[in-house]
Amino acid sequence: MLSINNLHASVGDKPILKGLTLEVAEGEVHAIMGPNGAGKSTLANVLGGKPGYEVTQGSVAFAGQDLFDLDPHERAATGLFLGFQYPVEIPGVSNVQFLREALNSQRKFREEEPLSGGDFLKLAKEKAGLLKMDMEMLKRQVNVGFSGGEKKRAEMVQMGILDPKFAVLDETDSGLDIDALRVVGEGINSIMRASDKGVLLITHYQRLLDVVKPDRVSVLAGGRIVQTGGPELALRLEEEGYDAVMADA
Amino acid sequence: MPEAQTLPTRRPSKRDEAWRYADIPALERLGVDALDTWQEITLAAGETRRLTMVIGSNAPELHRIRLTLGEGARAEIFASNIGGDYTRVEVEVTLAKGAHFEFGGVTIGGGEAVREFVTKTVHAEPEATSNQTVRSVHWGTGTGNFLGEIKVVKDAQKTDAAQDFKGLLLEAGASANAAPQLEIFADDVKCAHGATVGQLDEGARFYMAARGLSPETAQRLLVQAFIGDAFVELDDEAEREKLLDAALAALEGAAL
Repeated sequence: MLSINNLHASVGDKPILKGLTLEVAEGEVHAIMGPNGAGKSTLANVLGGKPGYEVTQGSVAFAGQDLFDLDPHERAATGLFLGFQYPVEIPGVSNVQFLREALNSQRKFREEEPLSGGDFLKLAKEKAGLLKMDMEMLKRQVNVGFSGGEKKRAEMVQMGILDPKFAVLDETDSGLDIDALRVVGEGINSIMRASDKGVLLITHYQRLLDVVKPDRVSVLAGGRIVQTGGPELALRLEEEGYDAVMADA
Repeated sequence: MPEAQTLPTRRPSKRDEAWRYADIPALERLGVDALDTWQEITLAAGETRRLTMVIGSNAPELHRIRLTLGEGARAEIFASNIGGDYTRVEVEVTLAKGAHFEFGGVTIGGGEAVREFVTKTVHAEPEATSNQTVRSVHWGTGTGNFLGEIKVVKDAQKTDAAQDFKGLLLEAGASANAAPQLEIFADDVKCAHGATVGQLDEGARFYMAARGLSPETAQRLLVQAFIGDAFVELDDEAEREKLLDAALAALEGAAL
């Protein structure tokens, strides 16, 4: 479903990804773990198409298309969702307006009919409920005045409403307390666990993986995937640390 | 030799503080007579009046309004300045005791045009208040200006006057100027003014793109949020929409 082949990418003049190859199949939740500075967030940003990240070599195929042929908003409309480590505040724009415009822009790109205001609110209410978020919060400005945990929950409400085929979630667990972690993890399961969907779950910690059980786990270090295994790999990393596990690889 | 019958109106020049950013050649095209045309409005004690204006043709425009407010009167002016040529809205206000002047203005546009608001607010008696909010969004080599003079006379204690300007430049080459000018002769007053000029938040643009919004739609939403401040105090939704829609229509074709 997502096929990354020998990907090299730089930020400024600094190479960060150095020949990253990874395959995520339909129906798969694939966790990416790795030490600080390994290139995890760079991978997420390159997939999303963030300005300032330059792909110097390699390719990414997504849903049968060359991902790099698509602008960021076209990637989203094609079904790629990027969950932000630090969701951005947009003063003066309400969540409801933002998400309705976003959903209808995506539908337009896919040559689908726009959703009416009433249908959109119904959908938003359902997804907010899934993440135990009050509709009142969705009427507020995008992420403005939200706590760290509320921002992450709002990200998942967005994901629920936009209903992507594939989600790249960059440290969605950071800044969450234990209860919020469970709500967010269960949200990911209910929105993205399907035979025709896929998830790339970037995380530092096992605790999210206790809720969102990965099918595969890869270790990203020095800009490449250095090891891939089943869920037991994450447990070993948690216990022994990156250095010990990577030394054995 | 007889004296000249009537002195012609002196042509403003860039040396005059209130005309320092003006497009003087455009003013010449407009004709000097325009300078003598003032719309005079006098509000009796306690009276309220609101003017909403969408200004914008492809020829120079000069609108001069002189307001005199009686005790406790309230005047509101809200304007979308979307001109394709030099467009200047000038307001002179004199406030009696406890009167209020509310001003909200947006200048928006590309090309080479200068669009400006120039206000002179005289707090002539105690306890009057004034609040002015201007937002300018420009691209190309377009310019937006807000020149706001506030004068508080010696006895006008408890004056509360505020001015707020923000400029948003979508492209290098565009400009925005704020020139607040305060003359305060009373000692128990509040006068606040603020001015900033910036660009669209790149982080917000990428975030919006990552959710599927095209660059045009993302820009429209961000600009709408930005200029919305100028019409917050306009307590009539239909009027507010009209001014916002006119401003956003002017955004079509702007640099991304």
